[in-house]
Amino acid sequence: MENVTKNLLLLLGGMLAVALCMLLSIVYGYTDTSWREAYQAFVQFNGSTDHLVIQNVRLPRALIAGAAGASLAMAGAIMQTVTKNPLAAPGILGINAGAGFFVVAAITIFGLNGTQALSWVAFAGAGLAAVLVFCISAAGREGMTPMKLTLAGAAIAAMFSSFTQGLLVLEDSALEQVLFWLAGSVQGRKLEVLQAVFPYLAAGWVFTLLLAKKLNVLAMGDDVARGLGLNLVLVKSLSVMVVVLLAGGTVAVAGPIGFVGIMVPHIARSWIGIDHRWLLPFSGLLGAVFLLAADISARYIIMPQEVPVGVMTAVIGVPFFIYIARKGFGAQ
Amino acid sequence: MKRYQVTRLSQGRISFLLDLAAIKKILLLFFLLLAVFTVSAALGDIRLSFMSVLQTFTGGGTQLDQLVVFSFRMPRMIVAMLAGMSLAMAGAILQGLVRNPLASPDIIGLTAGASAAVVSFLALFSNESNALTVSIQWLPLAAFLGAALAALLVYVLSWKNGVSPVRMVLIGIGVSALMQAATTMMMIVGPIHQASQANIWITGTVHGVNWKEVSIMAPYTVSLMIITFLAARHLNIQELGEELAVNAGVKVERQRFWLILLATGLVGGAVAFAGGIGFVGLIAPHMARRLVGSSFGPLLAASALLGAILVILADLVGRTLFLPLEVPAGVFTAGIGAPYFIYLLLRSKRL
Repeated sequence: MENVTKNLLLLLGGMLAVALCMLLSIVYGYTDTSWREAYQAFVQFNGSTDHLVIQNVRLPRALIAGAAGASLAMAGAIMQTVTKNPLAAPGILGINAGAGFFVVAAITIFGLNGTQALSWVAFAGAGLAAVLVFCISAAGREGMTPMKLTLAGAAIAAMFSSFTQGLLVLEDSALEQVLFWLAGSVQGRKLEVLQAVFPYLAAGWVFTLLLAKKLNVLAMGDDVARGLGLNLVLVKSLSVMVVVLLAGGTVAVAGPIGFVGIMVPHIARSWIGIDHRWLLPFSGLLGAVFLLAADISARYIIMPQEVPVGVMTAVIGVPFFIYIARKGFGAQ
Repeated sequence: MKRYQVTRLSQGRISFLLDLAAIKKILLLFFLLLAVFTVSAALGDIRLSFMSVLQTFTGGGTQLDQLVVFSFRMPRMIVAMLAGMSLAMAGAILQGLVRNPLASPDIIGLTAGASAAVVSFLALFSNESNALTVSIQWLPLAAFLGAALAALLVYVLSWKNGVSPVRMVLIGIGVSALMQAATTMMMIVGPIHQASQANIWITGTVHGVNWKEVSIMAPYTVSLMIITFLAARHLNIQELGEELAVNAGVKVERQRFWLILLATGLVGGAVAFAGGIGFVGLIAPHMARRLVGSSFGPLLAASALLGAILVILADLVGRTLFLPLEVPAGVFTAGIGAPYFIYLLLRSKRL
């Protein structure tokens, strides 16, 4: 029972932290606004610049960062369990690169514009890359090994990003349009973009929580899980679908943001344990906090310009990635 | 027929084995390279007949032919050739060192490191009008330093009672991601025209190189290649594995350090002038190994020739297939290389 109380407290703390970070994200930035003004912008909107900034720029940004962080962290947690690979995450598996290539191709070749359409394209790209990588690493002699998954992901990612760059070279007017997106950023996105993909993200969250129990069984190993009567193929393919929903939706809104999905589940696991019914929601909360915090700090580092938040997460995440690679992987 | 021919100089203490079959294949590759070179000189925006190309090579031809072949096409073909050779040789060295068929300059992060350095160099040392404020001669140095930094990071971070190949590859992927983040950062901080310039460069292209660049690149890479050939016998021992190499009386760690430095230098030179042409360092040595076996003398030569052929072909396809557009050579090498990499992945047993 004590454990449950502790875990509930952790979840509650996580929610409070998310709320706090959202508020900070709304108040602080290039145009510094005060807490009182932020409050007034919602209660009695008067059309001043500050209020406009808060309503049209800061609020969407905070919401997007929160949703993206939560989705990525949950997707990472699911993948790490399904693939039994401590380094699995949407970014490493080429999902981001796939979405990026599709978006750039849509802009340069088909002249597509408008965020709504592009988010669908991003979805398609993420799905395709995910399916490719999973199929490749499941084929061959001894099925899906962690190493094969990582390497196949790296190769697919390298291929897609090379194609992306090629397209951008041919059409460098598109570069300006997509450069910031390609780096992963939650800046300058309209609320409508989030609205468009929110149903998918929300569905992803719900499915994630529904899968938690099955994932607990799966984590015991394929043989044990099969012995306990788990339909492995069903659970694994459902998991992949949820990951595509979450990661694809995130990429569509915020561009490819790496390393959140690797890092956060590890931290969450060390705090709340390996029971997925707790781990998955807690990862989501921590992911939201992490991305919000990264986004807030990204505003201040090279003011008045902004660091894309994808760069921030890479800078924080790579040392962590290397730490995990050193710790867990060499031994296997 | 004996496979090996022993050659001894009557004076001095030099002797070596010649693998006759391998030499034949290498000669064949060499002629293939010559053929590709000629075809590449003939095709393009302005199409020349092979006869006129040959005439031009030997000093004849019309003035227009001379201009097209010598001023426009030769420099880029030479740079493509040298870059392909350097990348392929660096790949061969790395694969021998870490004894992993999947090691290559791109996967391990050397290319990404060099790219980050070059983009930073372009961003830091250029003024408003996009002209460089320092001589472009320093560009290879910057690329080399970037590649060296990445190599150092990967090597040091994967050290844990020795360097395990698997760990090295994984950490290389991580370091690559970090370097890519740095590159993106530099592209975003700089003005947009610079970003597009940098982007072309990252993809890997030999578009618009001139003789001046060739004259900087050629001595640098050629001397490194000669050193690599001289180091081939050390590589043979390294590939036997740590224990055997130590028992053979080799200072393994010191040699490994020098060999990595060599590979880094080769990658730096290639990346500085031709950009991040991907996957050549991976696939060329594999093809070469299929052809001539894994003794490093012939292997290096065959890798270099295959690398050169690959990059020249990729460039040729890139500048002729989608006229009037030019697609960077790196796109095609990635298009061939990534599936090949996956094929290797599926075939390998030990992962």
